[in-house]
This record gives sequence, C-alpha cells and structure tokens, in this order.
Amino acid sequence: MLSRFANPARFMRVSGAALPWFGAAAAAVLAVGLVWSLAIAPPDYQQGESVRIMFIHVPAAWMSLSVYLLVAMASAVALVWRHPLAEVAAQAAAPIGAAFTLICLATGSLWGRPMWGTWWVWDARLTSVLVLFFLYLGYIALVNAFDDRDRGARAGSLLALVGVVNLPIIKFSVDWWNTLHQPASVVKLGGPTIATSMLLPLLVMAVGFMLLFGWLLLLRMRTILNERKAEALRLYGQPANRRERAEALTGDAVARS
Amino acid sequence: MAAFLGLFRRDLRLALRQGGEVGLVLGFFTLAVLLFPFGVGPEPELLDRIAGGIIWVAALLAAVLSLDRLFAADHADGGLDLIALSPLPLELSALAKIMAHWVTTGLPLTVISPLLALFVNLDPEGIPVLTLGLLLGTPALSLLGGIAAALTLGARRPGVLVSLVVLPLYLPPLIFGSGAVEASLTGDGAYAHLLLLGAVTLAALPLAPLATAAALRQALD
Repeated sequence: MLSRFANPARFMRVSGAALPWFGAAAAAVLAVGLVWSLAIAPPDYQQGESVRIMFIHVPAAWMSLSVYLLVAMASAVALVWRHPLAEVAAQAAAPIGAAFTLICLATGSLWGRPMWGTWWVWDARLTSVLVLFFLYLGYIALVNAFDDRDRGARAGSLLALVGVVNLPIIKFSVDWWNTLHQPASVVKLGGPTIATSMLLPLLVMAVGFMLLFGWLLLLRMRTILNERKAEALRLYGQPANRRERAEALTGDAVARS
Repeated sequence: MAAFLGLFRRDLRLALRQGGEVGLVLGFFTLAVLLFPFGVGPEPELLDRIAGGIIWVAALLAAVLSLDRLFAADHADGGLDLIALSPLPLELSALAKIMAHWVTTGLPLTVISPLLALFVNLDPEGIPVLTLGLLLGTPALSLLGGIAAALTLGARRPGVLVSLVVLPLYLPPLIFGSGAVEASLTGDGAYAHLLLLGAVTLAALPLAPLATAAALRQALD
C-alpha cells in the first residue's frame, strides 16, 4: 500500500487528474459556504453581525491543528519507511498550515476587538495558537536551513515529531496559566451548543477549507517534484543522454546522482 | 559507565579550561537581568512583581546562547564521529554531553540567581522558591536544547535557527518556574508548580537523549 504510492511518476499522474476536481470542489463549496455564512445565516443575538468572523476563524483554527498533525504523521512515515512522497507532503503542507494559523490569529484579533475590546490578550487559547505558529515557522526554517536537501528534510521530520510530543504539554501548561477564551462549543459531550442555523454553514466552510487545503497540498507537492525534476535535468541533461553527461561531469556529481 | 563518565569529564574540562565560557554565560545572564530595571523603571513594587519572570527569561536566553557549543565544536573537528563510533550508545553519549552542559550553564545560573534576585528586589520569601525552581527546571532547558542543537548541526545560520526551534519548547518550564515564584508570593504555595517543573524535567530526561541521538545520527551520515 505504502510502496504503491511511493512512485513519484504515478503520483504525478494521479494527482494531475485529481487536481482540477479538488480545485473546482473547493471553489464551489467555499462559494456556497461564504454566501450562506456571510449573508444568509442569522446574526448572533449578543454579538450581532460580527459573529460572522467565526465562519472563517473557527475552520482556520481547526485546520491549523489538523495540518500540524498531518505534517507530524507524514514526517513519521518519512522517517520510518523513508517514504519519498511523505517527506514532500510534510514540506508542502507546513506553509499552508502556517497560513491557516495566521488567518486564525488575524481573524481572532479582528473579532476580539469588538467583543473583548482589545486586539490581543494573553489568553490560553490565543497563546497556544501563537506557539503553534512558531512551531510551524521553526519547522519551515529548519527544513530550508541546509545546503543538503535530505539533511534538512530529515531534521525537519524529527522536529515535527518532537513538536507533536510537546504540543499537548505546551497546551496544558498554557491552559493552566491563563484563560479567557470561550470553551469549545461544537465538539463536546452532550451535543453542540451552537444553533443549527449557524452550525450548518460552519460545517460547510470547514469542508471547503479542507478541500482548499487538499488542492493547495497537491499543487505544492507537484511543484516540489517538478522543481526537483528540473534540477536533475539541469545537472544531468535529458534522460536519453544522461549517462554520457554524467560521465562528462566530475566524479563528485556522479556520486551524488 | 567509565566511558560515560569519561566523556562527561572531558566536556566539563573543555568548558572550564577553554577560557571562561562559563563566565561568558554568567555575564550575559547578569547583564540581561540588570537591563530590566533600566527598561521598566526602578520602582521596587514593580520590580518585585516581575522579578521571577525576569530571571527566568534571562536564564532561558542564556541557555539558548550557550547551546551552540554543545555539539558544534565536536562536529567541526570530527570528534563527534569518534564519539558515535565508540561502543557507548549515542543516546548515553548525548546525555553525558548534555549533563556537562547543564553543570557549566544551568548550575552556575542557579547558584548566582539569589544574588540577582536581590538586584531586582524579589521578596526574600520568593528567593528559595526561585532557586529551587531553577535547580529543577534548568536540566530541562539543557535536555530540550540538546535536541535543537543536534538538529541544527551544519545549518547555515545555526544561532538564529536554534532559538526559533527551541524557544517554543521552553514555554512549559518558563510558565511553571515563574509561576512557582508568583504563587509563593501570593501565598498560594509553590508546591504544585515545582512538582510540575520536576515532571517536565523527568519526562525530558529519557526522551530528549533519544531525539538528540536520532538527530546526531542524521547530522553524521
């Protein structure tokens, strides 16, 4: 199963076919979700129209954490099985996850201004999302910090795993430290406490965010693979005359191929 | 065991004899703490309120600054390859080096912290809690820092990178350490915070050398 999908050529074929469908589905679902949540869903009886920020903020927050878990899982697969695509997937997903985290922080800040009267408070949930953002940045910086691409990829994979072990500890310690943010109101025992008229567009937006993520992930993975192919072509020429070009190059370059 | 102690002693000797690296870390720590009164003003009540946090943040930064000497010199001169080839498991070698790092940074920081606490006007009741907290928490700083130092070996800008990688991981010790000082001053009792601080260190003690050794293996092959 794993090795079946380890072939980059097959991945390029399958993802090339899937890409437009992901893009179209993301655009359609997000269009429906945006109209529904921004125009049709009722305003909150306390918060008024500004509650509509929630329809961007909450799915972005969900995605920020899920994408980090995905990066960590892909890193584990890359470390254990040396799976070439898992590594590419982790590297491709991290900047998207960081972007979702930034969207979550920015919309949260815009929402906090009218609701709490301040752009930023050092509340537990805000702080842990901020820390998550820095974990993303650390991962991205580490992956790109080496001249040797493989070294960067493996160091990044390890850091993602260390981060995922630390995330609950950080979350727990920050929770203890301070809390103002409202507790979770969608996923909890005894059913959601949010009105159905708001929950449905929220879920549509969440699905739209996931599709958008899938589309961006495939796009970025394909770009990374194409970049590597272009790099290899630049170094060794077309596949047909690769051998003679490689022999003409220095022994060092052949060893690296 | 002899190899473990030998490596520990070697690192200790190198740190102590190589011209005042311990002194540099202590100097940075002292200066960083003493900058705060200039920045926030000399009012005793204000300083008393934030003293625990100042000293903990300065200890964190001093620990980060000293991380590059943990593996970088041995990596550059090839000593790390020999350490990896030795019969001692790399996990234990990493632990020995991390322990030597703690003895030459965390421990001196802990020892001079009561003196610095006087400068920032910490209430005398908070001083033993601060020192005990640093004693419990600074090993975690060295252990977590070891992972980051090993991960960034051979990177283009290891200094900046290591702080970006490690500072988010340092949040729990910081929260519990300065929380303990705060709790002792407000009369809540620092016991729970100190227990949690010890728990962080104890959890890092077996896990961090594993991750550090894995990172070192990647840096070497």
